Amino acid sequence: MRHTISVLVENRFGVLARVAGLFSGRGYNIDSLCVGETDDPTISRMTIVTNGDNRIIEQIEKQLNKLIDVIKVMDVTKEDHVKRELVLIKVAADEGQRARVIEIVEIFRGKIIDVSPKTMTVEITGDEGKINGITEMLKPFGIKELVRTGKVAVVRGEK
Amino acid sequence: MKYTGAQILIEALIREGADTIFGYPGGVLLPIFDVLYDAKINFILVRHEQGAAHAADGYSRSTNRVGVCMATSGPGATNLITGIATAYMDSIPMVVITGQVPTTMIGNDAFQEADIIGITRPIVKHSYLLKNVADISRVVKEAFWIANTGRPGPVLIDIPKDISTAVMTNPKYPQKVDIRSYNPTCLGHPMQIKKAVSAIASSKKPVIYSGGGIMSSNAAEELQKFVDITGIPVTSTLLGLGGFPGTDPLFLGMLGMHGTKYANYAISNADLVIAIGARFDDRVTGKIDEFAPAATIIHIDIDPSSISKNVLVHIPIVGDAKHILQQMNKEATPPKINEWIEQIEQWKKDCPLGYKKGGKLKPQFVIEKIYEVTGGNAIITTEVGQNQMWAAQYYKFDYPKSFLSSGGLGTMGYGFPAAIGAQVANPDMVVFDIAGDGSFQMNIQELATAIQYNLPVNVAILNNHNLGMVRQWQELFFNKRYSYTSMAVQPDFVKVAEAYGAEGIRVETEADVVPALKRAIISKKPVVLDFWVEEEENVFPMVPAGASLTQMLEGMA
Ligand SMILES: Cc1ncc(C[n+]2csc(CCOP(=O)(O)OP(=O)(O)O)c2C)c(N)n1
Repeated sequence: MRHTISVLVENRFGVLARVAGLFSGRGYNIDSLCVGETDDPTISRMTIVTNGDNRIIEQIEKQLNKLIDVIKVMDVTKEDHVKRELVLIKVAADEGQRARVIEIVEIFRGKIIDVSPKTMTVEITGDEGKINGITEMLKPFGIKELVRTGKVAVVRGEK
Repeated sequence: MKYTGAQILIEALIREGADTIFGYPGGVLLPIFDVLYDAKINFILVRHEQGAAHAADGYSRSTNRVGVCMATSGPGATNLITGIATAYMDSIPMVVITGQVPTTMIGNDAFQEADIIGITRPIVKHSYLLKNVADISRVVKEAFWIANTGRPGPVLIDIPKDISTAVMTNPKYPQKVDIRSYNPTCLGHPMQIKKAVSAIASSKKPVIYSGGGIMSSNAAEELQKFVDITGIPVTSTLLGLGGFPGTDPLFLGMLGMHGTKYANYAISNADLVIAIGARFDDRVTGKIDEFAPAATIIHIDIDPSSISKNVLVHIPIVGDAKHILQQMNKEATPPKINEWIEQIEQWKKDCPLGYKKGGKLKPQFVIEKIYEVTGGNAIITTEVGQNQMWAAQYYKFDYPKSFLSSGGLGTMGYGFPAAIGAQVANPDMVVFDIAGDGSFQMNIQELATAIQYNLPVNVAILNNHNLGMVRQWQELFFNKRYSYTSMAVQPDFVKVAEAYGAEGIRVETEADVVPALKRAIISKKPVVLDFWVEEEENVFPMVPAGASLTQMLEGMA
């Protein structure tokens, strides 16, 4: 099963390498990884989407906790949470197709952020279902490039 | 007052209680070596950096202190790696200091630059690259703290040359460590303790399976008390030897691949296994699905990630073994296990450890005599292979930290430099490295170190003229196709010893064993004992890799 693990780490040189090395060294997969500073500039948050049965996920959590620079590990999958990802899609679209692309983007509440004679670039934020939906719809036009940030997640409510 | 980074580093080490550094110099370390020239700290100049790492490890394993080793950037640092990995696998505290090229040159493929932080990342508990002279004292304090608390392990500090030459006024040495992300659990959860105590009280066939954690947490006394209260028999891992007296009637010897039959029968028939500071390694469990199939498993370990990693644990207790045993000893009651103890006694009678006498000198006989002559009052290190297993089987370890052996990594070449480290830390103890002829040659150069620092370590080579353990596997599992395991060319170890200024004695008969051992013990010099033993002797019992613990191959029949 897929799990989204949220990890608070010291915002220090080399921490990402330690976390990434832990996954590769023990044969765990990283589906996506997203790192950024928190409101406290000495702390970064890593959001890691990974795959595995319960035993593997438990090991991943424990191994992450063992790293000295890791402050807190939380498997947000176990909680009621929201996940988002930002995706930029450069799609082939000449004058004749522009209107149809705009229509699709509007339905998915995305934005057109760049246009050239032969392409349009779309910005879309959402969960996996939405991202998959729009990419399916845009595929027939010809997707030239697709860039994803990786997922970030937050637990709902006060927790 | 103004101080250089190098001065601060050495001062910080001394403040952490370091009295010895095992190491080797090099370009980027020159400022530090200049401080060492008249510092109040011993420096042991080894002959290969691997020796420095193993010596620091042996120093740690034989004491409650943290061994320190040091090497220069590039090749010096990479030469430490086997020693760091050895310590990491066995959870041995160690502080490793490596020189690094100046910060301005890092990343430029400078002369003797190696990304040692990157290279060692998977084999250290933690590491630091110093980038500011003001961080040195704090980092050293943290390094010792991290190395020797929680699940211990090696911590590496990489110090660029310009940081050791940088100057600062009035450096502060912190009194306390404050790492918000590192707070190892110490006490066991009271609920879990209650559960364990009640499982123990109602058990009929309990066994304690103890490991190196007994040594790490200094819990031997508490374990003894726990056994006194409960009467439960004890089997031990390789690294656990000495954690419970080898001469105690309730001791079953080592379990696992080369464990005693009765230990393996006991664990396989147990209804309760109490694992303390052990990690269910595959050399211990054999086929994992058939390990202690009927048992409830209590697992006491400081490292949460060890729990349920290989074997599903029913009652986990995370914390320090010493504290948890103290907690348990307050509440534990003895289970009714007379029949179980009788059964175990019967197994002990029916299938004792033993070897065929007669023919050439037997390696097991040599170990028995080392035990008799030292009365068990010695520090024994081993190399890896048959020598290691025979030492574990035939020497009775009564004292914690008296048996030093590379378990997890299985590093040939460990024993001799580790013996040197142990001798430095325990100048009055008799120290023996029980060696194979192959392994000893991996760090034989450290004879010079032993001579230079007047360290009277003894090496007992069980010389079978073969890479014996591999040869054994070829005999048993590869149709006796002895592919590159015969050491056709071998130095004359007696002459090698003499060339270094040590004593060498060759022994080929039983009658000569004890006199040679006695000579070694009274000699003030290092002594290399070259025991020419039966070449095709095998280690038995043996559970083939991946088989169940009840499927033991025999040698005696
Ligand atoms: C550094 C290293 N290389 C290779 C091995 C694989 N290995 C395990 S035991 C062994 C043979 C050891 O021979 P020797 O030291 O003569 O000891 P014996 O088994 O004969 O007692 C080898 C090659 C190892 N454990 N460590």
